[in-house]
Amino acid sequence: MIRHHLPALLVVVPLGTGLALPLLATLSSRLAWPATVAAGAITAALAVAGVFQVLAGGPVHYAVGGWPPPWGIELVLDPLSAFVAAVVAAVSTCSLAYAGGLDDPALRGRLGGGPALCLLLLAAMMGIVVTGDLFNLFVFLEVAALATYALIGAGGGRALLASFRYVILGSLGASFYLLGVGLLYALTGTLNMADLAARLPAAEASRLVPVAVGLIVMGLGIKMGVAPLHGWLPDAYTYAPPAVVALLAPVATKVAAYALARILFSVLGVSFVLDASVLGGALAWLGAGSILVGGIMALRQDDLRRLLAYSSVSQMGYIVLGIGLATANSLAGAYLHILNHALMKGCLFFVAGAAAQRLGGTALADLRRMHRLMPVTTACLVVAALSMVGIPPAGGFFSKWYLLLGAVESGHWVFAGVILAGGLLAVVYMFRVLEHVCLEPRAADDHGGGHARVGRKDASPAVLLPLVVLAVGIVAAGIFNASIVNGLLRLAASVGVG
Amino acid sequence: MSLDLSVLAGEAVYLVAFGLLALGIFALIAHGNLMKKVIGLTIFQTAVILFFVATSAKWQATLPIVPEAGAAGPAAGYMNPLPHALMLTAIVVMVATLGVALALLVRLHRRYGSFEEDDLLDRVE
Repeated sequence: MIRHHLPALLVVVPLGTGLALPLLATLSSRLAWPATVAAGAITAALAVAGVFQVLAGGPVHYAVGGWPPPWGIELVLDPLSAFVAAVVAAVSTCSLAYAGGLDDPALRGRLGGGPALCLLLLAAMMGIVVTGDLFNLFVFLEVAALATYALIGAGGGRALLASFRYVILGSLGASFYLLGVGLLYALTGTLNMADLAARLPAAEASRLVPVAVGLIVMGLGIKMGVAPLHGWLPDAYTYAPPAVVALLAPVATKVAAYALARILFSVLGVSFVLDASVLGGALAWLGAGSILVGGIMALRQDDLRRLLAYSSVSQMGYIVLGIGLATANSLAGAYLHILNHALMKGCLFFVAGAAAQRLGGTALADLRRMHRLMPVTTACLVVAALSMVGIPPAGGFFSKWYLLLGAVESGHWVFAGVILAGGLLAVVYMFRVLEHVCLEPRAADDHGGGHARVGRKDASPAVLLPLVVLAVGIVAAGIFNASIVNGLLRLAASVGVG
Repeated sequence: MSLDLSVLAGEAVYLVAFGLLALGIFALIAHGNLMKKVIGLTIFQTAVILFFVATSAKWQATLPIVPEAGAAGPAAGYMNPLPHALMLTAIVVMVATLGVALALLVRLHRRYGSFEEDDLLDRVE
């Protein structure tokens, strides 16, 4: 029974809990966050069960409302969507637990509005991942975006302006996407991805197909925050409430990257991306540019959160580069990087939020002596930073390794160079953070009481637990990378080949 | 004298739609006033709706309602209802977006007293 309805339950559980949350919060506002985390954990458990079910019995198709595709909306769990769903649900659960532990005043509304919006965002992200219908994907994109606008705006002040900018750019992106889908619909008369893939070859001679694909890529590119479409991202990540960024930064942009990969490979096919158009090359250059621009901008930042935001632009570039190269290894690397970057960027933004709460700010100068004041948090920061730089056994090394293999195999030495240069940029900007955290003494202490006793003020256990879970996850993802790639991602990367 | 509506089933509608798209984007880029940006966005989104609905138009076709079972004529005699249904959903989404955008503007205006992006950036510091 549950098996059969699994794809729908991934959306229904967080959505239903999110809608019921205000009612629950009127009974007792203390129940809001625990119920949120429980809903996230159930979703994550279902998503992981989905991965094993797909591996054991092949893709799961679900016709919403009993209407068979291509007329009705279809939900699909295949190796790629099951993998991304599991990553998104599991990392989001950690983020929700962290947000509950942090107890951000911005999300402490009387009716549980903050946690309810977080669950709405999770439900929409799961919807984007499991849907097999292009228009349904648009609706879920917009639901996710609306929840995001409200959550970012909850920060007040500068966050309002950041949120407004994202409303404009995000809606523009969604409209571009919708226009592209409209052109494809006008050409083929269908919105179902599998049906469209079957009908598109007949229409591929039309000059409108590249236009439609270009519009879709541009729309999703804005949502992904790749340079030069990343205008909304740094301000949003810097000024939104820390609990919100902890949910947004790890997974929200990855979901758009997944949608891009899904449309390129399941609908258009690898041969269209690589041979029939300039698309693959254009995407690869877009990704390479994003890696360099994001990395160089990250070097110039003096605030940890802003630095991490630009680092996200850079790391999303790796995923886009992998998708653009479209070889088996580069796709495995791109998909693995969805997992690794979700873990490490989650971990880093958790650290930033905890530091903002305990040290009073996230400017690099505020972080001095953090290793004494917050030892556990700092340890997690170091693990995530090593993963970002690409030092094994942290996971980040392996996704870049597969990307590098993909670039070298297909003879793209320029992109291989860019991947290495991006790693070097990460070395510089992450070690700049570690330098402030670990080495520099606080100026005020030198002429104060000499080596005064440093009171520890590490974050509360409720904040540390999800942080440590992610830090352990980073190392685990590195150690078990071979089984993840060979067991699941090779299958995911074979979607649309041939 | 009957009005010639065949133009609605032709390509001119698409020109209008894409003209509006360009107008919307121009408003988004050219204006520093945030309210005007919202208006530009609305024009842009409305143009997308117009585009979708235009794809369903057919010359000398009727509404896709069959009076009794089995009485349906050939598909060429009916308009395609699906784009209309899709756009109902899209309109709901766009109304929600517009609501959120206006709510953010109200809060910005209460706090900083301006809709001009330049003023806001100065005052927010």
